[in-house]
Amino acid sequence: MTQDNVMPGRVHKAPENFLDPQGIRTVLAQAREGRRSFIRQAFAAAAAGIAAPVALAEGNPIPSEGGDPNILKLPEHSTGLGQGVATDGYGKPSKYESNIQRRQSPGLTQTTQASVSFAPLQSLFGIVTPSGLHFERHHQGWWDVDPSKHRLMINGMVKAAKVFTLDEIMRLPSVSRFHFIECGANTAVEWGNVAVPTVQYTHGMISCSEFTGVPLITLLELAGADLKKGKFVLAEGADGSSMTRTIPMSQITSGEVIVAFGQNGEMLRPENGYPLRLVVPGIQGVSWVKYLRRIEVGDMPWAAKDEAVHYIDLMPDGSHRQYTNIQEIKSVVTTPSGGQVLLDKGFYNISGLAWSGRGKVKQVDVSVDGGRNWRPARLETPVLSKALTRFNIDWVWDGKPAIVQSRAVDETGHVQPTYRQLRGLRGTRSIYHNNAIQSWLVSESGEVKNVQLS
Amino acid sequence: MSSFPKALIAIALAALAGSVLAQDKYPGIGRDATAREVAAWDIDVRPDFKGLPAGSGSATKGQDVWEAKCAHCHGVFGESNEVFAPLIGGTTAKDIETGRVANLSRTDYPGRTTIMKVATVSTLWDYINRAMPWNNPKTLTTEEVYAVTAYLLSLANVVPDNFVLSDKNIADVQKRMPNRNGMTARHAMWPGNELGGVAKPDTANVRCMKDCATEPKVASLLPDFARNAHGNLADQNRLIGPQRGADTTRPERKAGTVIAQAPVEAPKPAPDGAKAAQALLAKHACTACHGIDRKIVGPAFTDIAKKHGDKVDYLAGRIKAGSAGVWGPIPMPAQSLPDADARAIAVWIAKGAAK
Repeated sequence: MTQDNVMPGRVHKAPENFLDPQGIRTVLAQAREGRRSFIRQAFAAAAAGIAAPVALAEGNPIPSEGGDPNILKLPEHSTGLGQGVATDGYGKPSKYESNIQRRQSPGLTQTTQASVSFAPLQSLFGIVTPSGLHFERHHQGWWDVDPSKHRLMINGMVKAAKVFTLDEIMRLPSVSRFHFIECGANTAVEWGNVAVPTVQYTHGMISCSEFTGVPLITLLELAGADLKKGKFVLAEGADGSSMTRTIPMSQITSGEVIVAFGQNGEMLRPENGYPLRLVVPGIQGVSWVKYLRRIEVGDMPWAAKDEAVHYIDLMPDGSHRQYTNIQEIKSVVTTPSGGQVLLDKGFYNISGLAWSGRGKVKQVDVSVDGGRNWRPARLETPVLSKALTRFNIDWVWDGKPAIVQSRAVDETGHVQPTYRQLRGLRGTRSIYHNNAIQSWLVSESGEVKNVQLS
Repeated sequence: MSSFPKALIAIALAALAGSVLAQDKYPGIGRDATAREVAAWDIDVRPDFKGLPAGSGSATKGQDVWEAKCAHCHGVFGESNEVFAPLIGGTTAKDIETGRVANLSRTDYPGRTTIMKVATVSTLWDYINRAMPWNNPKTLTTEEVYAVTAYLLSLANVVPDNFVLSDKNIADVQKRMPNRNGMTARHAMWPGNELGGVAKPDTANVRCMKDCATEPKVASLLPDFARNAHGNLADQNRLIGPQRGADTTRPERKAGTVIAQAPVEAPKPAPDGAKAAQALLAKHACTACHGIDRKIVGPAFTDIAKKHGDKVDYLAGRIKAGSAGVWGPIPMPAQSLPDADARAIAVWIAKGAAK
């Protein structure tokens, strides 16, 4: 890798594999020299000092003419005739919302077909990701597949191999459930050091939707699958990569694995696997095979490419953890978050998302002093198993530096780890399954920065 | 079967009865797959080589296939880091002996190649067969898949240069895979107990609430010169609400300044010609190798525009016939696309390759 095309501070050419060592060294050196001690001092001073009285809001002053022209002078939309119904047969967001887009992280991959786009978590409310903003991960490009020609085959350790059309699958009893899908490589670029500026790029490979479909167990029973000896199932996609992943039968017999065609009240979007994808709650996104064409029942795992070369977690002793499927307890504050600027001192609603692949989120705590003291946040309803959970907490910003963090606990009692704990066990080169507590530094200017603490 | 206790047989029969009922529950849904249909789709190869078709291929033939169909992305020796992570490199004769790749435990080793990681030779065969070449997957013959697999393994010295890989000897090759003993399932992140994992997660943070032992020292943050590396963050945030995106085209603003409630500008639509051209680029997979304003394997379209602007005929010809030696060592293969599409792309490039 040549040095002249390296842009430190972001990841270069890293198809889930390489953090550029030169870039990391530069970032670390920068962080050590000067800036680190400056912020340490600024923060120590803020922690020791007495909170200054909060200034009144200045963002909405009374103009000299004695009133806001937006009130005094009636706008066109109050004095004219608006547009008619069905001007647009499929409505779109306001033109003022055009900044809210899923985006690629520059330099992360060299192609767009084997790549990732990140959901704009900093701009989303509640727990549902709008389908058009759902993160994307394609291994060999996406397709808009003709649903009348799509087939699902079930074979292997079954009484009779079966073929289903979409018409037939959609005639079966269906369920609708909210679940998060998170890429196993979400937050991967941050394992070693801060690499990207905003929550979109640190945590944006997660989305949450209401999925509608048929429990896979229904289809397996229709084929007469051997549920005892057939301990494993292979799911295979119909796209170029024909993505394959091994799923344990025990999870399928629980009824939670769904062959889904619906997403947020409409059909799946093409980028998310139209017309059929697997929904494997709590498990990393790569198992949610898109354009699902085949299910095979077998008695051993398949060691497919994406469970033998990628999506394996490197440990400090040089071994790899294989078949690491569960997305463990994790949370992140989305507002305020990196790359934003607070308007002024005063009241803010700190808001964020928490999730666990092992069930419901039980508790989220928030710290504004870098983890020294914590307050329990409000969990907003609904709190659903293996779905995103929205949390909120009141905060009055005094204009001094603050480090905002969230820490989630799931119903099994598993507490989200710190970076120090995670690196102590798994090192810094594990790539996948980084669920460490995220820190956002609110500086005196109001600008929020992605930081990692010692 | 004759030694089975009667009780077990009874349970098995009961289970069978249950599944028969499930099949009767949804009459008219699904049909039996034909043998031809199953053969067409059931292409997976497991680590025990179940599913591997009979056949063979030589590393020598593999090299020919490689240079024609694989090298432009992966490099002649599987070493390229231009498009994808390198496939070959980082393994030693000692690793082949021990089954553990020593470089994986070195924190100073620059990267991890496929051959350093993969424990199972079946994975290579299966993936090359199902997903390669990148822009034309599932078009290799069985012999070519064996041959390419053999060539890759020969580059890593797992097999000799003149090796012929076959369904008969692939199990012996597995015994020489450099990282064959490098995987573990001793963790809590597989949801069942089928793989002998552990029940308890490895991390064990506690829910401390007051005066927790921590040092709020910033150890890592983005340096100033990377401020705008992800584009202007002001354009990546909502224009209304408690925050704005930071204008990263400028230095950080001073403390105490208030953000003005500036009127919001409406977005600018992309020119129609650019949209149509970009649809063609996607359709014909041009963007697998060319970025609009960024070099990938081949040059950026904007760079081609600078060098060959206004030469529409030349550009259309090169798109169809391929090109070598103009932009670097990696040749562009000939492309099969309609003349009209090649011309439309050439016109768009000649006009400057606008986004």
